[in-house]
Amino acid sequence: MNENSEVKSSRHQRPWLQGMVQAVPIVLGYIPVGFAYGVLAQKAGISAFNTLLMSIIVYAGSAQLIAVGLVSSGLAPLSIIITTFIVNLRHMLMSAALSPHLQSWRKPALAVFAYELTDESFALHATRMDGHERPKSETFAVNVTAQASWVLGTALGIFGGQMIAEIEPFALDYALPAMFIALLVMQITNKVQVIVAVLAGLFSLGLYLLGMQQWYVIIATILAATLGVVLKKWTKQPSS
Amino acid sequence: MDQTTILLTILGMAAVTYLPRVIPLLALTGRRLPEVVIDWLGYVPPAVLAAMLLPSLVVSDGQSAINAENLFFWAALPTFAAAILTRNLFVPVLVGMAVVIVGRLLMV
Repeated sequence: MNENSEVKSSRHQRPWLQGMVQAVPIVLGYIPVGFAYGVLAQKAGISAFNTLLMSIIVYAGSAQLIAVGLVSSGLAPLSIIITTFIVNLRHMLMSAALSPHLQSWRKPALAVFAYELTDESFALHATRMDGHERPKSETFAVNVTAQASWVLGTALGIFGGQMIAEIEPFALDYALPAMFIALLVMQITNKVQVIVAVLAGLFSLGLYLLGMQQWYVIIATILAATLGVVLKKWTKQPSS
Repeated sequence: MDQTTILLTILGMAAVTYLPRVIPLLALTGRRLPEVVIDWLGYVPPAVLAAMLLPSLVVSDGQSAINAENLFFWAALPTFAAAILTRNLFVPVLVGMAVVIVGRLLMV
């Protein structure tokens, strides 16, 4: 860090450090889940190199865990890739939803940012960028910290799987659900949003129980957001 | 499956994961969007969060599981309360984790 940014950071409390602090709840959740992925990938016969590589270049928790299951049941590579595509398609909605907040960004920075867009980083960014321009370094610090913890968790799972006991007693498996709850509440500023969230939750639950386990999030989100627009027109509520 | 095939599979997974993450950002950013589209995109964050969250709290093994043993569901209630009261990220996370820890100690 050069002197210029040192001066700025003393006034602004170091944006990259703030980004790292903001990522703490994600880190708490990613280390144990990354750990579980590392252990399971080893058991499925995936080499340490490939296991780490997946966390570095795919970086998508649920898709990675699903892929490990598919590898161990001997599915063809193409089916694994297609499944990954379907499971990760929901990120299109998240990427689109962040675009109004990143109007001033150039394409190369957007391309790097998109690489580390996960459910959790999306949830955090959607909340922290809502109505505020955030320093780019803070935004990237959130992403890099989150992915570093995912890769670290993976490495711990590969190399320490047998040595470290259960994580359940520490409730680290509740860090991510609790963070989602907090971010959901922080997203909501008006009545239409409450209705949209409740509808999305109920649609999603219904679709999931009906067995649409690949598509439930995407369909529920599209339906609920569309109803939100209709509802806003109806109630002529001032813009949110 | 040999490690080379797995490596190639991972490269394919990386491509199909990255494209949906990057295309909308590149296509939509820097463009004037109609107000109705901006509104729609504004409803996506609460909708997608709720859509991911609710099944994770009330479903286990493909069955709805609002019962005494479902600690994730019960811990969600004080977590929501903490989130509404504080509008902060860390307090609800700590409350939720604390409730799960205590719940697990009591259930043993």
